[in-house]
Amino acid sequence: MKKFWKSGDPFVWITGGALAFSLLMIGGLLFLIMAKGLGFFWPSDIAEVTLKDGAKFLGQIRGREEIPQPDASVGTPKLYRIQLQIGNRDIYGLDFKWINKNEIAKIDYPSEAVLFERLEWGNMYGFIKEIREGEVIIARGNEQSWIALKGILPQTEEIYKTIKRIEKKDIGDFNYNIEKLRLDIKKLELRGGDPSALEARIKSLEYQIELQKKLYQNKESELAGLYEKLAENKIVVSTVDGREKEMPIGTIVRAYQPNDMSLLDKVLLYISKVWEFVSGEPRESNTEGGIFPAIFGTVMMVLIMSVVVLPFGVLAALYLREYAKQGVLLRIVRICVNNLAGVPSIVFGVFGLGFFIYVIGGSIDNIFYTEALPTPTYGTGGIIWASLTLALLTVPVVIVATEEGLAAVPRQIKEGSFALGATKFETIWRVVAPSAMPAILTGLILAIARATGEVAPLMITGVVKLAPALPIDGHFPFIHLERKFMHLGFHIYDVGFQSPNVEAAKPMVYATTLLLILIVVFLNLAAIIIRNRLRKRYATSAF
Amino acid sequence: MEKKEVTVELPLEINKIEENQEYDNLVKAEEIKEKGVSQKVDIPNPIVEIKDLTLKYSGSPALIDINMEIPKNKATAYIGPSGCGKSTLIRCLNRLNELIDGVTIEGSIKISGMDIFDPRHDVTELRKRVGMVFQKSNPFPKSIYDNVAYGPRIAGIHKHSVLDGIVEKSLRGAALWDEVKDRLNESAFALSGGQQQRLCIARSIAVEPEVLLMDEPCSALDPIATVKIEDLIHELKKDYTIVIVTHNMQQASRVSDYTAFMYLGRLIEYDTTEKIFLTPSNKQTEDYVSGKFG
Repeated sequence: MKKFWKSGDPFVWITGGALAFSLLMIGGLLFLIMAKGLGFFWPSDIAEVTLKDGAKFLGQIRGREEIPQPDASVGTPKLYRIQLQIGNRDIYGLDFKWINKNEIAKIDYPSEAVLFERLEWGNMYGFIKEIREGEVIIARGNEQSWIALKGILPQTEEIYKTIKRIEKKDIGDFNYNIEKLRLDIKKLELRGGDPSALEARIKSLEYQIELQKKLYQNKESELAGLYEKLAENKIVVSTVDGREKEMPIGTIVRAYQPNDMSLLDKVLLYISKVWEFVSGEPRESNTEGGIFPAIFGTVMMVLIMSVVVLPFGVLAALYLREYAKQGVLLRIVRICVNNLAGVPSIVFGVFGLGFFIYVIGGSIDNIFYTEALPTPTYGTGGIIWASLTLALLTVPVVIVATEEGLAAVPRQIKEGSFALGATKFETIWRVVAPSAMPAILTGLILAIARATGEVAPLMITGVVKLAPALPIDGHFPFIHLERKFMHLGFHIYDVGFQSPNVEAAKPMVYATTLLLILIVVFLNLAAIIIRNRLRKRYATSAF
Repeated sequence: MEKKEVTVELPLEINKIEENQEYDNLVKAEEIKEKGVSQKVDIPNPIVEIKDLTLKYSGSPALIDINMEIPKNKATAYIGPSGCGKSTLIRCLNRLNELIDGVTIEGSIKISGMDIFDPRHDVTELRKRVGMVFQKSNPFPKSIYDNVAYGPRIAGIHKHSVLDGIVEKSLRGAALWDEVKDRLNESAFALSGGQQQRLCIARSIAVEPEVLLMDEPCSALDPIATVKIEDLIHELKKDYTIVIVTHNMQQASRVSDYTAFMYLGRLIEYDTTEKIFLTPSNKQTEDYVSGKFG
């Protein structure tokens, strides 16, 4: 027995087992997220469930679970129930229904069942009765109406896009301009000066505002016309239990008959839905639509953080390793830096709020944005403050990694440089820092991984549930670092736990999680590729 | 069975160590102080003059009262057992010891008549005049070309045509040109150990120093690479003053014109190589070169 332990074989098994267990857990987690997240977009068939008492339900089967029977004796057959997404929230009030399996008489998959994805009230499941233009019925019955709908949908989509563009771009521009002119007037008033000249200038600015307002009103009326057009065509849908619902075709995002689709059609639809998720804007308090603003915000924040944290961390590490006198004080500083990496992130968030936002942001407002006060410009949460807070959070990681890289540069190489008449600065700049580059990038990778996943400090430094505009747009100076932004991590929290419709939001949480993981992987992969290329260039001596 | 053998051998080992310690104690006694000679030989055309040099590592002396002159355009070798201070001594010549904390130096060193410890002179200027090749080849993590061009670039030469010329001349000088002329942009680490060491020599002579220090340049090389470096030293002697530290006494006798024997931080004997190896005047020198200890 003793010999068996001494041989070392069991230790190999234990270590291998530990590794396998960790891999299994990670693999399982990823599999769960992928299955739940990616499955969400698949257009599964619509089931018509008829109960034994004659009641009918129409919807997509979303899950199945065992009914707990705490009082049952041993041997009773297990009972199951299925979860049906019945949609039609405007009619039924609830999207989901649990149905006991033993109450079901039969399940059909009627080919004419239609799924409508709508701008409001979530999905609708039903059958098309007729399509009207104004009061005139232009198509009746499933087949005729379906063809008519196919023709009208692209038109309404086009109108809808135009409306969105006008609302976002043009009206956004007018609002932006009016606000700017208003601030200009206030600035002039604050500055004072020759009253008559001042009055003249203010008059001209006020005139410009009037002009903008007129243009704005023109656009408004154009919008009203478009909305009217959107509401012109109506569709009447009958639900499975015989109720009828009339709604404008303009509110339909997508309509399809999954039971009647070929696999290829489903795949294409799946791809278009995934694309909408990645590139679109959120709808229905984030539970539907896309999450592009969150992706954009996350990536931009991490990039700003990297740009800040890399030079800071590297310079600090260079001083610690190359210039500072090695001794007790330095050791204390080093311990502090290491411990800083372990401070809970919310502490950094509070610091970011107190120092960056209130002190620095507040000062910037007082000096440069007096005219906008009391509305804060920089003195409130924004992407720049969130990025700086995260940079502070991750700077110890970069310092520690860089220091290790610097320590690993052989002394002989430094001496070789000194012996050629190089100064300390030249040696560091030309030999030491390039040799430590792979280690520096390792630090950056760790920093990115940590920053991308961090949510708590962001919640108080600038992340919001729904940001009205991206931090980059067409208005000068194009990059608006003071704006609030959306973030995938916060989005997960918000959709999963703050949403009024938790069941409908669940798959969205998985899909968003999956995307967050993909972004972390993508950012890390980019840094790893750069590092490996550098490593090849600066491979250290073999002997 | 095996155990027995070990027990038999162990006392022998212990005896050996004790013998050495005895010898050390013997030497540490007054003998050194009396016989620790400064130089006797007349040095023609000296370029380096060392006077009363004492170096202490945080209080404990590593070099004691060194007085010697090193002749121009000759190869001078330092021999002696490990820890006798030969490397420390040549690292004084380009003031590389100052990078180590707690080093104090007394005495003076003049190179071409200039006091190198004079605070008015920039240490980087000195190091451009006194090149150094190290025990382990230490090419920079750069291309072959950039390695050789490193010194000239530091010295402020950035013109491509000039650099190209310097790189070629230096690599030819280090007998490496023919082997690497087609792959100057490859990493220096792609070279073999001997080539790397010759690259380091090329790198040193690219700044055209007056003195070239070599700290056991062949200790990590195989015999063939060693022969190449030794041949190179013979060539380099024509243009540079070579100061070489070596553990290998045959090497010292092969490459050097003058040899200094050091022991426990003192210069014991300094003379022409022939004299040191054939008719040393000091008992310790004789014991060392004949292989009785060390």
